[in-house]
Amino acid sequence: MLDGLQEILFTLRQNKLRTVLTAFGVFWGIFMLVLLLGAGRGMQNGIYEDFGSDVLDFVLIWSGETSLAYNGMGPGRRIQLNLADIEAVSRQVPGIRLISAERYVENGNTTYGRKSSNSQILGIPDEYFQVKEDVPFNFGRRINPLDLDETRKVVLIGSAVAERLFAKGEDPIGKEVRVKDVVMKVAGVFHDKGDRGQNSERVIMPLTTMQKMYGGGAITSNIWLRPEKGVDGFELEKKVIGLLKRRHDVAPDDKRGINSFNMAEPATRVNGLFVGINVFIWFVGLGTLMAGIVGISNIMIITVKERTKEIGIRKALGATPFSIVSTLLLESLLVTGIAGYLGLLFGVGLLELVAFGLRSTGAKLPYFLNPSVDFQAAITAVFLLVGVGILAGLMPALRAAKITPTEAMRAG
Amino acid sequence: MIKLHDIHKYYRTGEQSLHVLKGVDLHIREGELVSIMGSSGSGKSTLLNILGVLDGFDRGSYVLAGHPVNNLKETEAARLRNKLLGFVFQSFNLLPFKNAAENVALPLYYQGVGRKERNYRAEQFLDMVGLSDRRTFMPNQLSGGQKQRVAIARALVANPKVILADEPTGQLDSHSTEEIVSLLKDIHRRGNTMIIVTHEQDIADQTERQIILRDGVTASTRELVQPHAATN
Repeated sequence: MLDGLQEILFTLRQNKLRTVLTAFGVFWGIFMLVLLLGAGRGMQNGIYEDFGSDVLDFVLIWSGETSLAYNGMGPGRRIQLNLADIEAVSRQVPGIRLISAERYVENGNTTYGRKSSNSQILGIPDEYFQVKEDVPFNFGRRINPLDLDETRKVVLIGSAVAERLFAKGEDPIGKEVRVKDVVMKVAGVFHDKGDRGQNSERVIMPLTTMQKMYGGGAITSNIWLRPEKGVDGFELEKKVIGLLKRRHDVAPDDKRGINSFNMAEPATRVNGLFVGINVFIWFVGLGTLMAGIVGISNIMIITVKERTKEIGIRKALGATPFSIVSTLLLESLLVTGIAGYLGLLFGVGLLELVAFGLRSTGAKLPYFLNPSVDFQAAITAVFLLVGVGILAGLMPALRAAKITPTEAMRAG
Repeated sequence: MIKLHDIHKYYRTGEQSLHVLKGVDLHIREGELVSIMGSSGSGKSTLLNILGVLDGFDRGSYVLAGHPVNNLKETEAARLRNKLLGFVFQSFNLLPFKNAAENVALPLYYQGVGRKERNYRAEQFLDMVGLSDRRTFMPNQLSGGQKQRVAIARALVANPKVILADEPTGQLDSHSTEEIVSLLKDIHRRGNTMIIVTHEQDIADQTERQIILRDGVTASTRELVQPHAATN
């Protein structure tokens, strides 16, 4: 075995240019495929990044003025959602993973010392964070059930608000700010990329605290929903809207009384886009790979042709067909295997380098983030290439092993 | 050692088939030095290829050192060649990218002999053909006579039963020819069975027995009993 390997390495060294060219073809095929896959993933990550911090399956419901007369009531009636609606929905509609209220009061100033920031002011229950489960909290904590139960005067402020109110390096946690002239303690700072960062200009307080401060009872501005896994979000949305319309006497085909937005819709569209991009990438990548494979086949055919006489001599000296074929195949396996592995290594290396460069300089390319490669796919590609390379070598090798030594020697 | 009986061989080229050997009978005893003669096209190369298990035949029987050679699988044929036969070709057929010693050692590689043992035996046989100082020379650094001596060492290295030489002096000058012929005779004297295919009379004259393939297409054999008899 070792002897055979030495024999093979010897022949490869004997044909340096051919070996290098074959290896380069394979190397390039894998290298390009890895780069393409990585770039595709980078684009995907970049676009998903643009989707903001929200989970991708939420349904948002809000109310407006009715546009149709219904049940003896004229149009133009203002609909107000309330917490009883949420109760009813979660009791009567199956398949809801999460439902949360979200209440806004009129925008107002949040001040700290002399600095102030005009912000949206939200009141939320505890469940709300499950809708925003991907939002990173840079400092402090979230609002918890105790805050709600004890109607504590605590707020979370968005990162933009924090930047305006506090000096760099100053820790906002525990500081007392005035929200619309009510003194409240900062419990946490959050960063929400949604709405091009404007969601980070918000100030969030416990819903119960908001009710106490601003009255209005159990009303809510919006209702957030998430379906359970495996439940169709669009069906769920329809059912919930139907129920709410009945509860508020809104005509079933009234588009304005109760509105909704389903994140699954753009998410599905974007997913479709990525399926398209991935198909394209694999198409191009496999094309490159195919070129590599054709290269290997060609060179294997030439190799065998060139060595017909040598093969004949070896056969005359007692080489069995098996030893001829296995030597040729091992040769091509060795070259394609090593070259493929190197291509993989260099491709992944370059991607990591780019990713590292982007991270460390903090540079933001539009629609490009964290290029990386599905390692399994890359390995599959290497094995595919090596396998086909061997197969490509097999045909001419078998043919070479079949011709008689006399014929083979005459060929040279 | 070699028994051929009623060997027929056809070459098929498209529709036509050429009847090259038409019932060759041949019996070569162990330790004999035999020459096969014939003009070009007489079928002597074909006969040599059959004798060397390099090519098959269509009809007849062939027994080589007790092994029936009939429709052998290629693997089996390779094993017979490796164990029983040593070849010396007109055009030497050394592998150009291997040095003299490596060329000589090649048959042993296919016997699965270890590298050390291979090198040792290759050196011994190179020594025997008088080329111990050319061990690491590549074939293109050797003269024709030297190349043929390397080829002879290679033919001998695996201790074959029969040595087949196909026009071994065909590409050599008269001086080298003499050297090679005397080397071959020398090897024969050590007890090797040897068959030399040639069209040169003075080489055939130095063998113990001449077998003449006559008349290109119609192959027939004639044995001359006297070792040094001249032919008509």
